[in-house]
Amino acid sequence: MKNLLEIKNLYIEAYYDEQWQPIVRNINLHLKRGEVLGLIGESGAGKSTIGLAAMGFTRQGCRLASGSINLDGTEIKDASAAELKAIRGSKIAYVAQSAAASFNPSHKVIKQYAEAPVHHGLMGYEEAEEEAIELYRRLFLPTPEKIGYRYPHELSGGQLQRSMVAMAMSCKPDIIVFDEPTTALDVTTQIEVLAAVKEITKKMNKAALYITHDLAVVAQVAHRIMVLRNGRLVEEGETCELLENPKEKYTRELLNVRSTRQEKNNSDEMGIILNIKKVSATYTGQENVLDDIDLVVSKGQTVALVGESGSGKSTLARVITGLLPATRGSVTFLGKELPLQLRKREKEDLRRMQMIYQMPDTALNPRQTVRKVIGRPIEFYFGIKGREKDEKIRELLEKIELDPDSYINRMTTELSGGEKQRICIARALAAEPELIICDEVTSALDQLVAEGLLDLLQDLQNKTNVSYLFITHDLATVKAIADKIVIMLKGRIVEQGEKAEVLSPPHHEYTDKLLASVPEMDPNWLDNLLASRASAFI
Amino acid sequence: MKNVLILISKRSIASLLTLFIVSVIIFIGVELLPGDVAETVLGQSATPETVEAFRKELKLDLPPHTRYVAWLKGFVHGDFGNSLANGRPVFELIGWRLSNTLFLAFTTSLIAIPLAICLGMLAALYRNSLFDKFISITTLSFISFPEFFIAYILIAIFSVQLGIFPSLAVIEKHMSFGAKIYAILLPSLTLTCVVTAHMMRQTRAAIINVLASAYIEMAEIKGINRLRIIVHHAFPNSLSPVINVIAVNIAYLIVGVVIVEVVFVYPGLGQLLVDSVAKRDLPVVQASGLIFSFIFIFLNLAADVLSMLSNPKLRQSEI
Repeated sequence: MKNLLEIKNLYIEAYYDEQWQPIVRNINLHLKRGEVLGLIGESGAGKSTIGLAAMGFTRQGCRLASGSINLDGTEIKDASAAELKAIRGSKIAYVAQSAAASFNPSHKVIKQYAEAPVHHGLMGYEEAEEEAIELYRRLFLPTPEKIGYRYPHELSGGQLQRSMVAMAMSCKPDIIVFDEPTTALDVTTQIEVLAAVKEITKKMNKAALYITHDLAVVAQVAHRIMVLRNGRLVEEGETCELLENPKEKYTRELLNVRSTRQEKNNSDEMGIILNIKKVSATYTGQENVLDDIDLVVSKGQTVALVGESGSGKSTLARVITGLLPATRGSVTFLGKELPLQLRKREKEDLRRMQMIYQMPDTALNPRQTVRKVIGRPIEFYFGIKGREKDEKIRELLEKIELDPDSYINRMTTELSGGEKQRICIARALAAEPELIICDEVTSALDQLVAEGLLDLLQDLQNKTNVSYLFITHDLATVKAIADKIVIMLKGRIVEQGEKAEVLSPPHHEYTDKLLASVPEMDPNWLDNLLASRASAFI
Repeated sequence: MKNVLILISKRSIASLLTLFIVSVIIFIGVELLPGDVAETVLGQSATPETVEAFRKELKLDLPPHTRYVAWLKGFVHGDFGNSLANGRPVFELIGWRLSNTLFLAFTTSLIAIPLAICLGMLAALYRNSLFDKFISITTLSFISFPEFFIAYILIAIFSVQLGIFPSLAVIEKHMSFGAKIYAILLPSLTLTCVVTAHMMRQTRAAIINVLASAYIEMAEIKGINRLRIIVHHAFPNSLSPVINVIAVNIAYLIVGVVIVEVVFVYPGLGQLLVDSVAKRDLPVVQASGLIFSFIFIFLNLAADVLSMLSNPKLRQSEI
């Protein structure tokens, strides 16, 4: 069978540091009908750039330097703007990472579905509507006849992502580029989208490029996998072959990320430092976002707070820190009951409880240097100034494994995502806290970077005996670092206990679903899971 | 729709308060002006006795707060009082002038707003091209000149040289609609030159701001052409700032066009206000001032409601 897409010796360049520099080097790729090719690598590996290049699209400041991109007989690299317009959407379509951002908030979902086929002159608006409803049904969207007539903000993340898969299918393209379609979703929603992707590629006989940084995810959908790093090909192979028998060290590292690390043995109780009793909270005054929460954190312990988005995890963090005063219940910290409002708390109480956020980009002032960011809490809480403060800052930078000399004077915008998050950790540590609340601290980071960060947190805990309340939706992380696990659903705690206890059966029905939704490296995992769910459903 | 109603009711209450404060400020302002209405009206030859008698007749001998309360009471009951200068009812004086002002503002808006939005879209579509720069330079030069300068240039070209439009915007009650439009075409053009740049630049900026969004990239990847992307995808999402700047400009067209009115001898409310201040004609000043503030407040509220309606998320959320 002939190749639908054939990329040869592709070089793509980006303009930075005042010159054109290659970001994708010598990539060769081919794709046949009915085939799914997985592109995997960390961010900056050039996966998305390659995916977009297949459509003749480059982001601002990038250009196709050399090589050839042949799409079903058309040379994309030399195609005119009009030719490209005719191809995009109709022959090759794209599913973006963030459906929430990629749908136009001003138009109804079905209108955006119909836009491409009507615009490309393939069918009328009514016909497109009918087809959309049919596709929504096939992708298991609830109330397929009605859901398209809503605005994007009225759909959940998983529903939007599936509508975008449908939208990509609207012109019946030969190839679909899936660019991290499940990265922004939690594990239970991820399953829905993966199932949709499988449905489309397998039953409708389309070719697809599946881009992701998660090897376990790509293992479920791809026939072949290409591992990329820094714009170069590291390794390529059939999915099973590559998973069982990786040749390159980098591939093995990616594979190893998910394997559970050694158990920590400080499970002995060393005194309770945070005790939350019967806490309820609300944003609107009517509906409780948190309901009757009981939670205990002991010294030197890591308590993982798990749940899907909207389950109230972050709200609980806000209640504990006092940002959102609880309507009922008590928060006892280090043997002292804290006022529920932040502004009524004493400075010393504030110092002992610090927070690290999900988005290091927004948590750091872009106009400040590392010195200022870390120095501020030292001065604020301990009144230390001048050279002594400088020494403390350097000490902290060493603790977070960044070289003080080269980092202390940098602006926070000059750091990578992982480095920024380390600075946030240093800032929290500067206050010498007893408890650090980590709110999804690794979810915006690449796997290997996240890995390093978790190691660092673990290391710091061993040294300083600080406790963590670790909020996450990623069960792999939980398995790796937690002593205790608390599982939340719809503002309530459905199960909590020691890690081994929660992770071993029998568990709560929801815990079960959550655990079963974490992709495994087994390529047949998704099929088996869907089959078992289907049979359970019947 | 519920939150729109809440917004409207909340703002209406605030508006009443604002109007009240404005009326007090105007009252105090006029009180502080040197000289008084009796002397101005009667002229320098008047004897102190006649001035005194006239003051009594106009109730100017009463303390200011009593006069203010009396005036406010009348106003609430729909009685705007009589002009101090010529004794005619204020309502009658203002009514005709206001309708003229609104007529001019409305006609200008009909030309300027679509023009500004189209130019803004085109400038965004061909941004950083020669065309974009040309539009920017032209419209910016127009606002850089004083209004009267543009007015005289237009008069010089269209009335003096070409002789196609009248240089005076004389307008009377019995004139037909077409004749009225013909009469105000030059002032209307002048004002269009003045307001277009502001709205056009805001439209361009708002659209370009949105062009970096993921959904614009998505539209491009779907193979949609650029004009449609601008009009259909970018513009609806940049409505809010555009609506606000349009409201400000319409308000300006109603309350801030005194100079153009003077140049074209157009019988608008602005001219009446200036004349009345000169004559210390308090009831007229106060009524015009309140009408202007009311228009300002109303336009701002309308802008907020419209930008709320333009956003599906705000339109539907039930707060």
